[in-house]
Amino acid sequence: MEVSYYPGCSLEGMAVEYDRSIRAVCHALGIVLADLPDWSCCGASSAHFLDEELSIRLPARNMEIAEREGRELLVPCSACFQRLKQADKELKKDAARWIDRPYEGKTAIWHINEFFDRPELIEAIKGKVRKPLDGLAGVAYYGCLSQRPPKVTDAPSPETPESMDRLLRAVGMEVRPWSYKTDCCGASLTITRTDIVHKLSGDLFEAALEAGAECMVTDCPMCQSNLDTRQAEIEAIRQRQYGLPVFYLTELMGLAFGNYQATGWWKRHFVDPVPLLRRKDLL
Amino acid sequence: MVWLRPQAALGSNPPMSNDLAIHPSPTFLADVEARSGEHVSLCYQCRKCTSGCPAAFAMDVMPNQVMRMVQLGLEDELLRSRTIWICAGCQTCTTRCPNDIDIAHLMDTLRQMSRASGVPAGEANVVKFHKAFLDSVRRHGRLYELEMIGLYKLAAMDFFGDMKLALEMLKRGKLKFLPPGIKGKREVRRMFHKEKNGNEEKG
Ligand code: SF4
Ligand code: SF4
Repeated sequence: MEVSYYPGCSLEGMAVEYDRSIRAVCHALGIVLADLPDWSCCGASSAHFLDEELSIRLPARNMEIAEREGRELLVPCSACFQRLKQADKELKKDAARWIDRPYEGKTAIWHINEFFDRPELIEAIKGKVRKPLDGLAGVAYYGCLSQRPPKVTDAPSPETPESMDRLLRAVGMEVRPWSYKTDCCGASLTITRTDIVHKLSGDLFEAALEAGAECMVTDCPMCQSNLDTRQAEIEAIRQRQYGLPVFYLTELMGLAFGNYQATGWWKRHFVDPVPLLRRKDLL
Repeated sequence: MVWLRPQAALGSNPPMSNDLAIHPSPTFLADVEARSGEHVSLCYQCRKCTSGCPAAFAMDVMPNQVMRMVQLGLEDELLRSRTIWICAGCQTCTTRCPNDIDIAHLMDTLRQMSRASGVPAGEANVVKFHKAFLDSVRRHGRLYELEMIGLYKLAAMDFFGDMKLALEMLKRGKLKFLPPGIKGKREVRRMFHKEKNGNEEKG
């Protein structure tokens, strides 16, 4: 299976471990990732805040390239995913307004969970597990933009998604139920209004602990970065110890597959998961 | 027509001075609906948007009040509000509105109208952040995070906040030193120019 891959700017910078783990996991599953040639920034949250035209033009260029490539498109960043889906819908409505060639709109755009969450791939994933994540209890945190708004994302269950839960169970993790799967962590305000992030992300940590989680798992680079880098500050403000490592879904899949590179991925995390993984006999 | 704030209207002999009067715009609702394509008139104040809004605690105008202010034409008050900049764009309101109003999209429209009208932004740093982001993309075709942080810090005159965090990220290889380079850089730059020429709105 060969798919086009749009890493997006975060996966080349602050979320480079997400990129590495995706490539490793896909390689193990026999999925060939063909980087979208000369991809450009999708505008993420900034373009639509300040300039509506630009917020379509930026992702439209990438959808045009993807259509030329003619494969399904895997987009691991939730913000990129949502922007590319939006551009795809606008292009289908009126391609001439945005690009100089006709647009068929046949490219299937996948965020990471929904991409892996198909029966044949779940079976393949189960088959690759060398080291089941037995006894590791965590919550699946989806955040906002891979799910909402459903008229753009086509998410089947935007308030209570299940796809990442299923994938984590497939690699043996104990996925704890909780009702904060899609509550916003505030990442878009992390630099400008950190106080708001302290409240929103702090509430998520409290809820995760209450759910009996020892770690959080996400598939969004903004969420991971926000929850990981701000955790110590929030602990100091709330006078609480959370100590919740925040994994990317694909990091845990890689660990379960016995990938020897896995420890290199979370060396970049702020909340060190090694003590927890040692305690669980997973390292 | 001049409307009085309720407290002024109810008081005895309210002084008729300008600082107590508000001047609703008769065209604001029509403008906003045309620019955004959203039917703000349909809002019946069920407040579902506000109940689910994660950032409401930090807002000066609740999302349902935003809708009412558009309906009433309170243009100046709304375009100066903090709310339109504090909205995190999480799309919860849009997902839940029983009248199918895309409230998050409306917030985008209001932010852009606020910038176009020249009023000071209720949260100046939020504007500076997004400008720094887009400036960096305009230059390279992709985001150069290190440059964006620099541009933002300069604009916001905030040289110490999060410095330790940025250093830690550098140490962990999470910020690239070198700028990205792509072939389509010019093509991307032209999109930014288009924006300046024709800025007609989409439906
Ligand atoms: S959810 Fe929709 S109808 Fe209800 S108050 Fe908000 S905008 Fe109005
Ligand atoms: S998109 Fe903005 S207004 Fe709507 S719920 Fe999220 S933060 Fe609140």
